Amino acid sequence: MDAARFKLSAIRLRRPPRAGTVARVPHCPGDRRRAFFARLRGSPLLRSAGLRFAALYAIIFGLSAVALAIFLWWATAGLLNRQVEAAINADAQGLGERYQEGGVPALILTIQDRLSQNVDENAIYLLADNDLHPIAGNLAIWPKEVSGSDSWFELTVQRGDRQALARLRRYDLPGGFHLLIGRDVGSRAKLRSLLTAGLLWAVLVMVVLGSAGAIAIQSLFRRSLADVSATANAISRGDLSNRVRISGRGDEFDRLAETINDMLDRIARLMDGVRQVSNAIAHDLRTPITRARARLEDAALHARDAGDLHAAVERATSDLDGIVSVFQGLLRIAEIEAGARRSAFASLDLYALLADMHELYGAAAEEQGQQIDLLAQPPLPMFGDRDLLQQAVANLLENALKFSPPGKPILLGAGRLGDRIEIVVADSGPGIPPEDRMRVTERFYRGESARSTPGSGLGLSLVQAVVQLHNGTLRLEDNHPGVRAVLSLPAEFSASRRLAKTDLRMQALPR
Amino acid sequence: MRILLVEDDRDVAGFVVKGLREANHVVEHAANGRDGLFMAASEQFDAIILDRMLPGGVDGLRLLETLRAQENTVPVLFLSALGQVDDRVKGLKAGGDDYLTKPFAFAELLARVEALTRRGKADSPVTRLAVGDLEMDLLSRSVKRAGQKIDLQPREYRLLEYLMRHAGQVVTRTMLLEGVWDYHFDPQTNVIDVHVSRLRQKVDKPFPKPLLHTVRNAGYIMRADNEG
Repeated sequence: MDAARFKLSAIRLRRPPRAGTVARVPHCPGDRRRAFFARLRGSPLLRSAGLRFAALYAIIFGLSAVALAIFLWWATAGLLNRQVEAAINADAQGLGERYQEGGVPALILTIQDRLSQNVDENAIYLLADNDLHPIAGNLAIWPKEVSGSDSWFELTVQRGDRQALARLRRYDLPGGFHLLIGRDVGSRAKLRSLLTAGLLWAVLVMVVLGSAGAIAIQSLFRRSLADVSATANAISRGDLSNRVRISGRGDEFDRLAETINDMLDRIARLMDGVRQVSNAIAHDLRTPITRARARLEDAALHARDAGDLHAAVERATSDLDGIVSVFQGLLRIAEIEAGARRSAFASLDLYALLADMHELYGAAAEEQGQQIDLLAQPPLPMFGDRDLLQQAVANLLENALKFSPPGKPILLGAGRLGDRIEIVVADSGPGIPPEDRMRVTERFYRGESARSTPGSGLGLSLVQAVVQLHNGTLRLEDNHPGVRAVLSLPAEFSASRRLAKTDLRMQALPR
Repeated sequence: MRILLVEDDRDVAGFVVKGLREANHVVEHAANGRDGLFMAASEQFDAIILDRMLPGGVDGLRLLETLRAQENTVPVLFLSALGQVDDRVKGLKAGGDDYLTKPFAFAELLARVEALTRRGKADSPVTRLAVGDLEMDLLSRSVKRAGQKIDLQPREYRLLEYLMRHAGQVVTRTMLLEGVWDYHFDPQTNVIDVHVSRLRQKVDKPFPKPLLHTVRNAGYIMRADNEG
């Protein structure tokens, strides 16, 4: 499909230019280049992040290669140049001193000495008189290009029987003499051209390597992302079981894949939860609704007198009240889990709250031959929602009252443990079997022993939601016998600080 | 009492109007916010029962805010399907005196409306409450019946005070839970009944005539028989 698009755009580009645009000769290089970029623009290639990264890679690679070449050039050719200049300057100083000591004859002698001893075979000297006629040295004539003094010249001179590239400098001596000092730099020039060629080749190799690297990066990118995008596509089509493949190299892409997979796992769990809840709603609300409906229909068909009818309507009303309370429980939990109630957080003394609960439920316990012992020391400062904490403790106490046998005290305790406050509600009832402990906080879940008792199966779900809203944990332990429910909540200071930072809903139930 | 009901659902409105009339109240009904606002602003009522979501461009909150802006202090009870805590807080902030979530039991609505009108009247500071031969001195916090001192726990005292302040009215368990314990949740067990029965042991048991009566399917009422 991409190939087809390429061809199409190429054809479009080859159409004769419209009126008003500047007509161009076809196949001129500029036109071809334009066509290439237009084709690129039309293709998804330029929109690919992989290509952008690859291009960036190539550019950085190229720039560093150029920087390296410049440095290399400066370090070799430049160094040679500077060495030559230093040697010429040293010569000039030496000869200048000779001239001051012994005048022109001494100078001539020195030059001839140096040339005959062949100190430096590349050395060029030429002493000339006022009219630039050579007096001594190894150049036959004064090169006419060398005019001004104190500047560098680089030119070809006749040196004996051959041409040579030389770097020269002219010095004017007092008394109308002119001295030309230089070096044959032919070999240096050769080196330079070698270097230039080498660098050009290097640039070529660099372009090839850079492009190859860019292409490699792009394909790596595309391959690594293709899997992620395929998975995301599958998920968006509704297949939640798909996961991103992990290469096992432990690189960044693997970590990304792991994060995405974790996220997908969590989404799948949430979806499962939603499905479970809606199934549970269907079951736990349908049953009482069916019962109420049956009662009303039965009364309408079979009631013998007004008394019967009245009783049936009353029972149906109380069935409906039960349904409403389940409904409200569900909404309350949803509201708490959405975290909407964190606005009601305030500093409170948990001891006063527990003492009040003890007072409220203590009387009901005594009425049933039970007893609630309060075991706590004031103060227990914490930061939370008073109403919700009351409800959570109330739910735990109601459970304890429901399941604890008469004569065995129920413990309502609280205390500080480091920077946390733990609330304990312990009873001596039948307890929760270990395999049920993880599940009792699910909405509508009721253990075997609870099936026969009244209740909606929402009590512990609400406790769990409240505890998580407070950045705490709920532990259900064995009380040998009975249940020991432990709410571990942050104490005042750490709670208010942590609340600002973390998302409390992400906390999982500890094992 | 003259009560205005602003409620758009015809069935719910009919049910409430009928019930209130049976309880000997005069009821006017408006089916949308605009009519409701007009009636509330132009006539004198002892209480208004107000739905939150109303047709006619004026919802319950705006209606109440407009009324309160005109310095109309008539007691208002919200009757709403919006039952989240935030909704409740919003309703009370807008000037509502009480908030009842749908679906509701009529007994609860009636008890709360009657309590509202009482609250409106009891502005002057009261120092002494009396029902029959039961007396409560709010300053010394002492309770006497037929001249005999009765010792009460602090919570029993507050429970009795609440019941006596609403003497002659039905008080529901939820109202007691909110008014005496300041709890806003629905206990599954009969905790309130236990406390009321304990109070009864002290206040009614030793005396020939009971003052604290149970009202079936509703709650309790404090009443000397000759008053009723």
